[in-house]
Amino acid sequence: MRLNEIPLTAWVGIFGIVLTLFCALFAPWIAPYGETEVVGDVWAPASSAYPFGLDNLGRDILSRLIFGAQTTVFVSLASTVLSFALGIILSFIAATTRGWVDTGLSRLNDLMMSIPTLIFALVVLAALPQTLTTLILVMAVLDSTRVFRLGRAVALDVAVMDFVEAARLRGEGTPWIIFREILPNTLSPLLAEFGLRFAFAILFLSTLSFLGLGIQPPDADWGGMVKDNKDGIIFGVAAALVPGGAIAFLTICVNLVVDWLLKRTSSLKGGRGDA
Amino acid sequence: MTTPETTSFAGIRRFSARFPLASRILERLLLSLLLLFAVSVMIFGGIEALPGDFASTYLGQSATPEAVARIRSELGLDQSIVTRYVDWLGGAMTGDFGNSWASGQSVGEQIGKRLGNSLFLAFFAAIVAVPLAVGLGLLAVRFRNKLPDKLINILSLAAVSLPEFFVGYLLILIFVVTYGAAVFPSTVYDSMSLLDRLNAIVLPVATLVLVVLAHMMRMTRAAIIQVMSSAYMETAELKGLGALRAIIKHAAPNALAPIINVVALNLAYLIVGVVVVEVVFVYPGMGQYMVDAVTVRDLPVVQACGLIFAAIYIGLNMTADILAILANPRLRHPR
Repeated sequence: MRLNEIPLTAWVGIFGIVLTLFCALFAPWIAPYGETEVVGDVWAPASSAYPFGLDNLGRDILSRLIFGAQTTVFVSLASTVLSFALGIILSFIAATTRGWVDTGLSRLNDLMMSIPTLIFALVVLAALPQTLTTLILVMAVLDSTRVFRLGRAVALDVAVMDFVEAARLRGEGTPWIIFREILPNTLSPLLAEFGLRFAFAILFLSTLSFLGLGIQPPDADWGGMVKDNKDGIIFGVAAALVPGGAIAFLTICVNLVVDWLLKRTSSLKGGRGDA
Repeated sequence: MTTPETTSFAGIRRFSARFPLASRILERLLLSLLLLFAVSVMIFGGIEALPGDFASTYLGQSATPEAVARIRSELGLDQSIVTRYVDWLGGAMTGDFGNSWASGQSVGEQIGKRLGNSLFLAFFAAIVAVPLAVGLGLLAVRFRNKLPDKLINILSLAAVSLPEFFVGYLLILIFVVTYGAAVFPSTVYDSMSLLDRLNAIVLPVATLVLVVLAHMMRMTRAAIIQVMSSAYMETAELKGLGALRAIIKHAAPNALAPIINVVALNLAYLIVGVVVVEVVFVYPGMGQYMVDAVTVRDLPVVQACGLIFAAIYIGLNMTADILAILANPRLRHPR
């Protein structure tokens, strides 16, 4: 892969992701003010000292945005990684062993997918204590159903190949077949799916926080910041739109990269480009 | 997708051979009922299995052992889980979901009012979004890889990435605050006339449309392109059939099933979108009710709303499958 083959849209996406990651990693050093520091009047308009203005308690929105990147990116990433680990391992086990394991896991997956994710999350979060760990676990488990579905489909395609058969005849165990035979050959579509799931996790986390069920105050996170500032909208204060825009920006960037990855995957397969 | 009921008896097998269409549809109905039952077990049993005792959570700081025991017997939590589940399901069948823990009011009564409001909102969003999405999808295929297609592609990629609440507040800022052309909050009440109601829900409907439109359009486009690139379309072209005739006679019947699927999937997505949009616009529907209940851990309300949302979702997916079976004869004869 040469660098000049990457389209402009993908570069924009990569730039946006790197920028957000940079903010998340170095938040305490970049942010001009503290995360919960009250620096001025409630909903003070944007000025040279506060480029995005102040929020509903008089905290600097830019600083909170930078600190919020930390929470939003960390939680989304953690839940996506976890859901991938869970979904991939289970789906590959299902695809390689077949039989009742496959049937059982697939039926369970169908059952979980028959409830809309947000509704499922609301039901579960009503009963569980509101901690960061629960939040990540709930998001990961719910999302792993989608990963399972895709993982099983691609793994089934590969599992019937000759080289897998050869490995089996050679006497390799299931772990070897999963990690050394199937995983390397399904990496490309799975990478694109990872991006999609990450984008979805950002939106999902933000939605939960917006509904007051995700990250709990006073920690900053983008969805929660929208919730904090939503009452200002009707007075013409656009403070809530800034974190909302940040969510949109990051998700669009991730999707731009995914779009490019998907196109690359389908052209590798000799497909007709889009479709 | 063969269920044991249909294969184990010779009589049923004969029925299935004589009426393939009816038996497939029946099978799908049974499957949905089974699914719904499993979901009800999961929603009820799952909550019970999760850690945390509700009586002590409910009481918070003032949880003395006596108070906990009293609350538990008051709410019926001291009975066995099977008894409570059967009671709950039996009540749910007749629309009785018990009383809310927080307000003490009947859950069924509240839901009766709010479900109608939510469906009203989703219905108008669907009426606008479905034709628009299918039309734009067709347009994108017609001008494939040309400017309109690329424009639609980029705009829909952006729209897919926008959170519902961002779209909602943006619309409020533009149309309510800047131009004063719409109302906020979108409250509706019983004595309102239809026209007033419609006026109140313009912005929430617009938000929902924007949210599902992009998804639906992209999927429609992909479905049609797949049909158009198939071998029989090439044959039709090669044997000299006009483009319009080929589309009407060969492409349309085959594209129908995937498009129905796309529409149903996105209608199901509307259900979820409704939750957030209702909170943004302070609209008295099911979503708002459920979110409020989750915040105060009002379990009877959460369980009832969860079950109804899941039932609607399962019902829509079932309708999609049945319509697909009707539209595509190949699905009537399972391998």
